[in-house]
Amino acid sequence: MSKERIQICPEFFDIMPPEYQDLVTNATWGKEGRGWKDVGVNKELIEQHSLCAGCPESMAFRYILASLPAPEDTVMVGSTGCTSLVFPHVGVHNIHSLFGNQNAIASGLKRALMVRFPDRVKDVVVLAGDGATVDIGLDYTLQSWFRQEKFTTICFDNELYANTGGQESGLMQKGFVAKMAPVGKKFDKVRLPEIAKESGCHYIVNCTVSKPSLVEKVVRNAVLIAREIGPTYLQLYTPCILEIGKNSMEGLQEMRDSEKPGERFAYKEFMSDEAKAFLADLAEKDKAKKASAKEALAQA
Amino acid sequence: MSQYSVRPGPEAFLPPAAASMGNVLPDPGQAHINGRIVPEEEAFAHGARVFLSAKVPTIFPGPLVLWAWNEKAKRKATAIKHLYDTMKECAPKGATPMLIPMPDYRPKYPKINPEVEINPNHPNLTIWHNKIDACIFVGVHCHQANLSLKIIRGGTNCYTMAMCAQAGHEDACLSFRDLTVEKIMHFAEWVKKLKGSVEFNSIAQYTNGART
Ligand SMILES: Cc1ncc(C[n+]2csc(CCOP(=O)(O)OP(=O)(O)O)c2C)c(N)n1
Ligand code: SF4
Ligand SMILES: [Mg+2]
Repeated sequence: MSKERIQICPEFFDIMPPEYQDLVTNATWGKEGRGWKDVGVNKELIEQHSLCAGCPESMAFRYILASLPAPEDTVMVGSTGCTSLVFPHVGVHNIHSLFGNQNAIASGLKRALMVRFPDRVKDVVVLAGDGATVDIGLDYTLQSWFRQEKFTTICFDNELYANTGGQESGLMQKGFVAKMAPVGKKFDKVRLPEIAKESGCHYIVNCTVSKPSLVEKVVRNAVLIAREIGPTYLQLYTPCILEIGKNSMEGLQEMRDSEKPGERFAYKEFMSDEAKAFLADLAEKDKAKKASAKEALAQA
Repeated sequence: MSQYSVRPGPEAFLPPAAASMGNVLPDPGQAHINGRIVPEEEAFAHGARVFLSAKVPTIFPGPLVLWAWNEKAKRKATAIKHLYDTMKECAPKGATPMLIPMPDYRPKYPKINPEVEINPNHPNLTIWHNKIDACIFVGVHCHQANLSLKIIRGGTNCYTMAMCAQAGHEDACLSFRDLTVEKIMHFAEWVKKLKGSVEFNSIAQYTNGART
């Protein structure tokens, strides 16, 4: 995993558009411990975005892309929805799937990558909306978890079908009235995190994207656990400010309000025993590494 | 059925895929000009004449040669740069050879900058903006090249050539196949050899007529 793999042929460096030059010289490929603090300092792996101004999905994208442990060895799988309009701007390999098929595509992809690159770790990360994950794609989502497929599923939960103008989704709150669901939702928000646990996910987090450091931590954990143990699931609240009638600068406050204790996006986490042991071991190794680095510094 | 001739457009909003019109790809050692199978050497000479007679002959290197992903790609990049330098050296006065990259295939929204790049999903923008009348694709994956070549044929009057590392492109006006570093260098030699023998802005003589 190194920066050397992503290089422009020297003859063509000067004719490449500046964003590509920046990508090879100033992005955090291969950087150990990359994370949200690189945002604004290093070249991000997202160019522009085509979401509504102030859409929290854009923050989520930036934090996630900054936190992937090995972006040069990651393939993301997207699905139709607001997120799919962002992928053309993303500097990580990605595949667009038919609406709902994302976890089936990711299953095949992960297996193919393991055969094609037996000596290299390749991460697969699904990123799709709640409609794709929980409604139309629910079968594929669950089946991939039952089969213990080793990839991460991230759901951008904005509690409705945003891209098509506001239809009811399984993750919508009970009673909510949307532009194209005027009667109001008649049943409760589907409890996918609980279902994920019963279906065999080893690491599950339900939270908002208001805190970049938290997003960094859960993305990293989810990808590393999926790599070593089995399926992981993140359900991130990225409110559709357009559909809930908020202004561009109100997305952050909406997330803060929804993550207060007792609210539906209060931080919730589940880890299997295997995942717990794995993370504890990782923390131990990190600690030892830091200690030896400190020692080396003191002796220098 | 008479042979479908692949010529500069603008042909139509949806030009047919040349393969669907019965055009076939050249065998090893061959190339095609307007869909007619010819010995490779004939295509080198013809391609060099087209390039030397154009006002804005342009090389479009694609991701397979822009990115240093293996040793062969690096060697091809050096050869393509040599071809471009040869073009600049040999082009008649008034011609403006260009080298414009196609860094990747993402549909870029809200827009690309046609001055500095070409995108396979709307290659016509770059051709129009720079008034390119002859171009050569090199290092572009086949399916993306075919898509672009058809869009260019549909909406512009640019003569298209393809230096393909596989079996060639029916949708280019002229296509080579089995591209190697040596073949790129050989094409540059032809450009050098024909320097001065071709009149500036006489491209119509070599394109078998536009379709309009
Ligand atoms: C197979 C298929 N069915 C339906 C659609 C129409 N469609 C496009 S986006 C969308 C809703 C997306 O909702 P969600 O997954 O929640 O993503 P969001 O736009 O809210 O981020 C639908 C139904 C489609 N593109 N493909
Ligand atoms: S419609 Fe909603 S989810 Fe989609 S980009 Fe706009 S604010 Fe974001
Ligand atoms: Mg949604």
